[in-house]
Amino acid sequence: MVRARIQRSSYHDSVALLQAQRALRELPGVQEAGVVMATPANLELLRQAGLWVQELEGTGPDDLVAAVRAVDAAAADAALRQLDALLSRREAASGADYRPRSVRTAAAQLGGADLALVSVPGRFAAAVAEEALREGLHVMLFSDNVPLEDEVRLKALAGQRGLLLMGPDCGTAIVAGAGLGFANRVRRGPVGIVAASGTGLQEVASRVHRAGGGVSCAVGTGGRDLSDRVGGQTFALGLAALAEDPATEVVVLLSKPPSPRVADRLVGMARACGKPVVVNFLGARPPDRADGVHFAETLQEAADLALRLCGLEPPEEETPEPQARLLPGQRWVRGLFAGGTLCAEAQVVLSGRLGRVWSNAPVCPDAALPPGGASREHTALDLGADEYTVGRLHPMLDPSVRDLRLRQEVEDPEVAVVLVDLVLGYGAHPDPASELVRAVRAAQDRLRTAGREVVFLASVCGTDLDPQGYQAQVATLREAGVWVAGSNAQAARAAARVAEAAGGRLVPADRMQLEFGDEAAPLPPVPERVRSLLAGPLRVVNVGLSVFEESLRAQGVPVASVDWRPPAGGDAEMMALLARLGG
Amino acid sequence: MDIEAANQLAVQRMLEAQPVLVGVARALDAIPGMRPDLVLHAGPPVPWERMSGPLRGAVLGALLYEGLARDEQEAVRLASSGDVRFEPCHDHATVGPMAGVTTASMAVYVVENRTHGNRAYSNFNEGYGRVLRYGAYGADVLQRLRHLNERVAPAIGRALEHMGGLDLKALIARQLTMGDEGHNRNVAGSALFARALAPHLVRCDLDPDTLHDTLRYLADNDLAVLNPVMAACKATADAAHGIEGATVVTCMARNGTEFGIRVSGLGPRWFTGPAPTPKGLYFPGFRDEDANPDIGDSTITETVGIGAFAMAAAPAIVRFVGGTPQDAVAATLEMYEITLAENSAFGIPALDFRGTPTGIDVRKVVRTGITPRINTGIAHREPGVGQIGAGLVRPPLEPFQQAVRALVELLSR
Repeated sequence: MVRARIQRSSYHDSVALLQAQRALRELPGVQEAGVVMATPANLELLRQAGLWVQELEGTGPDDLVAAVRAVDAAAADAALRQLDALLSRREAASGADYRPRSVRTAAAQLGGADLALVSVPGRFAAAVAEEALREGLHVMLFSDNVPLEDEVRLKALAGQRGLLLMGPDCGTAIVAGAGLGFANRVRRGPVGIVAASGTGLQEVASRVHRAGGGVSCAVGTGGRDLSDRVGGQTFALGLAALAEDPATEVVVLLSKPPSPRVADRLVGMARACGKPVVVNFLGARPPDRADGVHFAETLQEAADLALRLCGLEPPEEETPEPQARLLPGQRWVRGLFAGGTLCAEAQVVLSGRLGRVWSNAPVCPDAALPPGGASREHTALDLGADEYTVGRLHPMLDPSVRDLRLRQEVEDPEVAVVLVDLVLGYGAHPDPASELVRAVRAAQDRLRTAGREVVFLASVCGTDLDPQGYQAQVATLREAGVWVAGSNAQAARAAARVAEAAGGRLVPADRMQLEFGDEAAPLPPVPERVRSLLAGPLRVVNVGLSVFEESLRAQGVPVASVDWRPPAGGDAEMMALLARLGG
Repeated sequence: MDIEAANQLAVQRMLEAQPVLVGVARALDAIPGMRPDLVLHAGPPVPWERMSGPLRGAVLGALLYEGLARDEQEAVRLASSGDVRFEPCHDHATVGPMAGVTTASMAVYVVENRTHGNRAYSNFNEGYGRVLRYGAYGADVLQRLRHLNERVAPAIGRALEHMGGLDLKALIARQLTMGDEGHNRNVAGSALFARALAPHLVRCDLDPDTLHDTLRYLADNDLAVLNPVMAACKATADAAHGIEGATVVTCMARNGTEFGIRVSGLGPRWFTGPAPTPKGLYFPGFRDEDANPDIGDSTITETVGIGAFAMAAAPAIVRFVGGTPQDAVAATLEMYEITLAENSAFGIPALDFRGTPTGIDVRKVVRTGITPRINTGIAHREPGVGQIGAGLVRPPLEPFQQAVRALVELLSR
């Protein structure tokens, strides 16, 4: 018996939705529950979870939908009646503390703030970022789905004001010792990072930490910063700031292969920065030169190079050799990634050994899977891509999207390996290993019935200081028969080896060619405010996800959260009118 | 049209205004456009047919008071005949609490804004109980009103002349440090008012009975200063009105049927919505059902940043809104979200003397969905019963949305 409730034009923090969904599931008689914003992707999830009812037809992204499957109608209705109470905002601790409604008033509550961490839904995010910049705050814009022209406009505004704008779609950063957004807790040290890729930053920072090193500062730029349109403005400023930063000895630059024009300029700046620089344009390995710029093909290699440049030894290779009885025909690798860059790195490693890897976020354009499409041959899916995250939580927070997909993949009798990443740290799911193990165990049960085995391979991006604990997560996985590698690249190599042995080798792809000129390019000047941001201490205004506020508090960072609501109550006409009045 | 510059000018005018209580006059002599057949009332325009109980009662009382009608029936006939005119106080630089009914022979306070030269007016406060402003119009009510207008008011007027005017801005600043917010609580301000007037009253050659009655009036009436404070706020708000492009609210007022606002850049036009019924505490024997929809021009205090906007200054009355002193602080903090400036002349002790939130921007109201907080007295819906409680009210959002629409229309011309 499925019952649903629809709240039109409603907005709730997505973490609140997730919490409500969990609470509904635990109510008596409830078998399954979903509480989501009614985006096409989420409605599809409800359909797949057996939570579809006709009345959900015609709902849209601004509508809140709660659907419950229960033993009978009474139980379902009783559960849905709890929804309002579950969604009502938590009272502040004192019950009377004022919750500011704007960046300005939140900053005033802190007695001044340095940075705004913005994670409201994408279509509202540019306005919040602009408000923060106009209040003189640096911005980390976590939100994705922000139009490119807004990014260009906001970065120009930040430039005029001498402020740093990280993002949009900047998932992580480490500033003045504080992890922002999804961030691993790493010790402070000599490695500075500028990254256009969130999980790339996390993978390198975590590995540096696990080898005994530390991070001075890690600037996220957002995935489009190195496009021609944006021109690498944040990247260049980040590099220049680290070049001046006295705590930074080695700089690591991370990106998917950027626009050649921008990449050339960036490498030129790296040459001019006066410190050793490790560059990872994922999948590209231009020849090294004796000019202080070192190229790495994978994230792991970038981390290891940086470690050596600081005089530290990288961790030993930790590539498992999985044993499994595969049936004839079981030969494909299916990668299910929460981290976009980890997905790309896996594609680079796999395609170098096995040939074409299909993906919704393909490193090679001719291997594109349609959004939400079924896997074919070797496939690596970025489950944090827009089509899976509009109106719902990122899989690092809510792995249910991966659980569902994992179930589908092991139904395919040709699949030999399921390859996954686990991303730990602040903001991430409190125990992703147990979540994954639950899904793996269910899959193993079905596989046993089907008389098949599949290799489950994972890597864990995180540290012993993360709230989830690196060792504990690895142990949980191993206990359930999941093979764990020492890095994402190593996990991909192990997967390739299994598939290769099972006859899954197609035509290996050529390595990507990237050439750079010899010229050094001038670094942009570093505004005083950016310098003092890096030096700390940091005070943050959080606008959006409350998990980020909690993680900052746990790190001892002063933070004030804006009680954010959609402007004009989400009334599109009034919003348009207000925009004309510059308000 | 530069909205930001226009708003800056409007707010600057509010902040720089310097209202001084210069004297007392007869409404007909002082209020611009006043006529013997004109009844001024609180709030936006409202025809007799749509007036609520308290306003109707006050109108009838005023017609009897002016001798325009001999008895109640004649007053009702006259009120519905069209032979007397009803216009908002606000159209005549005037404000009045509750019904706000002001007619030709009544005495009014005259407040002059020394910075910009404009004047504003308000009638005399009759105190608690059965009073005209709550719609009572019995013979006893009118007799007390006559005594107030003809005996007390002139005496206060002479004292004001003798002292050369009373600086109301300074008085408001001071009362905010003494537990008043200037709208629902005026006990400190009224004491300051009495203290300022007393030495001058005794120098005005008043006969002993008049002197006694005047001092007794000031001693007994915790609300005595409300009306001059309202006129001070009106003089302040009017100085910010009429600036092209400004999105600042320069008037909020209720007539017991509708709530209305005016906006600096939108001329004399009213934007209205239904007047809400206040939530609050009731005096013994009264309940929600007895309450009239919100009424009065006293929201002019909130319009310039005191009243509920300065709630953090008045912890003693937070129980009216069912809260704690922390809630009072939160109430003021919330109003900073919809205002453009802080009035450093009016520092709030509990906020480390942060200035009161001043200059409501209709854009901010619509954007945040936060409507201005208003502290208010609650009138009984039947004429003449009087005040039955006090509490908090939030105006409807629609007038603010209408104003945004009108501003966009103006912009696209």
